[in-house]
Amino acid sequence: MPAHNRTVREVLAVEHLTKRYGETLAVDDISFHVAPNEIVGLLGPNGAGKTTTISMILGVLEPTKGQVAITGIDLAQNRKAALEKANFSAVYAPLPGNLTVFENLRVFGLLYGVQNLLSRIDELLGEFDLRRFRDTKCGLLSSGEQTRVSLAKAMLNKPQLLLLDEPTASLDPATARDVRVQIRRLVSSGKGGVLWTSHNMYEVEEVCDRVLLLSRGTILLEGDPRALPAKHGKQNLEELFVAVARERSGVEAI
Amino acid sequence: MVSSRTAAIVLRQFYLMRGSAARVLPLFAWVAIDIILWGFMSRYLNSISAPRLNFVPSLLGAVLLWDFLGRVMFGVTTAFLEDVWSRNFLNFFASPMTVADYVAGLVLSSILTSFIGLVVMVLLASAIFGLSMFSYGLALVPFILVLFLFGIAMGIFATSIVLRLGPAAEWFIWPLPALISPFVSVFYPLSTLPQWMQWTARLLPPSYVFESLRATVNGQGPWWTGLALSVVLALLYIALAAITFARVFRLAVRTGLIARYSAETVS
Repeated sequence: MPAHNRTVREVLAVEHLTKRYGETLAVDDISFHVAPNEIVGLLGPNGAGKTTTISMILGVLEPTKGQVAITGIDLAQNRKAALEKANFSAVYAPLPGNLTVFENLRVFGLLYGVQNLLSRIDELLGEFDLRRFRDTKCGLLSSGEQTRVSLAKAMLNKPQLLLLDEPTASLDPATARDVRVQIRRLVSSGKGGVLWTSHNMYEVEEVCDRVLLLSRGTILLEGDPRALPAKHGKQNLEELFVAVARERSGVEAI
Repeated sequence: MVSSRTAAIVLRQFYLMRGSAARVLPLFAWVAIDIILWGFMSRYLNSISAPRLNFVPSLLGAVLLWDFLGRVMFGVTTAFLEDVWSRNFLNFFASPMTVADYVAGLVLSSILTSFIGLVVMVLLASAIFGLSMFSYGLALVPFILVLFLFGIAMGIFATSIVLRLGPAAEWFIWPLPALISPFVSVFYPLSTLPQWMQWTARLLPPSYVFESLRATVNGQGPWWTGLALSVVLALLYIALAAITFARVFRLAVRTGLIARYSAETVS
């Protein structure tokens, strides 16, 4: 069934998504979905196609084939309406360093059409412990503080689909735990779903309801991160991940 | 009606300018220097030529209008380059903002910044060298309009070049006004040019403005037909530039350039 015809209950529906660069197949006919109140981990070794997949979901990269629907809205046909329901945070996309935290949140709040923007910004400054940095330029913040600003920006429009590309990569363990709790709370309190990429398998086990293991642009495995390792004869998710990564280089079969 | 997304682009530009002398000063500093330089040049030419000749409205006025076109173009490109410099494409274009919202934001930013330059130039030229913009009469309206529209078209086209070729291509766009200045006859009549350059000039809207300016100063009255044609031409160039930007953007999304812009080429 085409992605845009699927039930609106799914916050993200990806159908037969493919991206080819010349002879290179970066993403090869993958299909998956994210349900409301669900955190799905998108895992895989470097170069597996995770960021390419996220770029296609965000509409900044055109798929060679396949469809993306956000809350039932086809991204290719109604990009604006689909992206109004989504937001993202990625380590490789910091907010402009020459604007203050408040200025960045205000500009992005307008871009996402956030209602009662000033009070929403104030709320987020509190939630992400950013009040003291309100008038500090983002470029002057530590990488962990910048990540928190980026997460605050990602929450501005209370997205139904939140894409997080290694959101805790530059956070200290305590802050990373707080962020995980915040995102878990967001997911359980609202109707939103999250697609989460991370190389921290302990974090994935703790946070994700379901994981997709991507390798060479295809989904090799899918399931509960706590049950999946045992199912494939591995001690834990990290061991399973390593096996997938080695399979990729032809060292060992899973 | 300006969308909140277009307003976001303008607000971003305002925030950047508010705290940065390096951004505010170029809005008027270089054009002010130009006015001083060409003002004294006009005065000198007045002193060595026949008494009835006055170079202030023809030469200084032309420099002022030419600089205005440059300010309009750079108003668009600088607002765009802010996103290149801060590597902000991914954040902006993964939002619900459309290409039309974005380009409208660049144009609105340019209207605000270029008029600051225009006001400073007019004040300086009139206070120090006695140039009255009213001496051009009603023709001043199409003069400003045509140069503004063509400046917008050049700005959008220039941003397309940088979007297509990558950050290093910004060096291609700074000299663009200088590249077309010999053709549009800022300082001399079109008839001075060889035939092939005259034909090229007829395709460029500013040529009609500067030819009209000289005709007005010489008492022949503005070249209204030429000015009307130049408005149409300028609008056509805006449409072509917008189509070019949209196509380049689509290509950038297809090849992944938007997501990995610093790589300069992805295809």
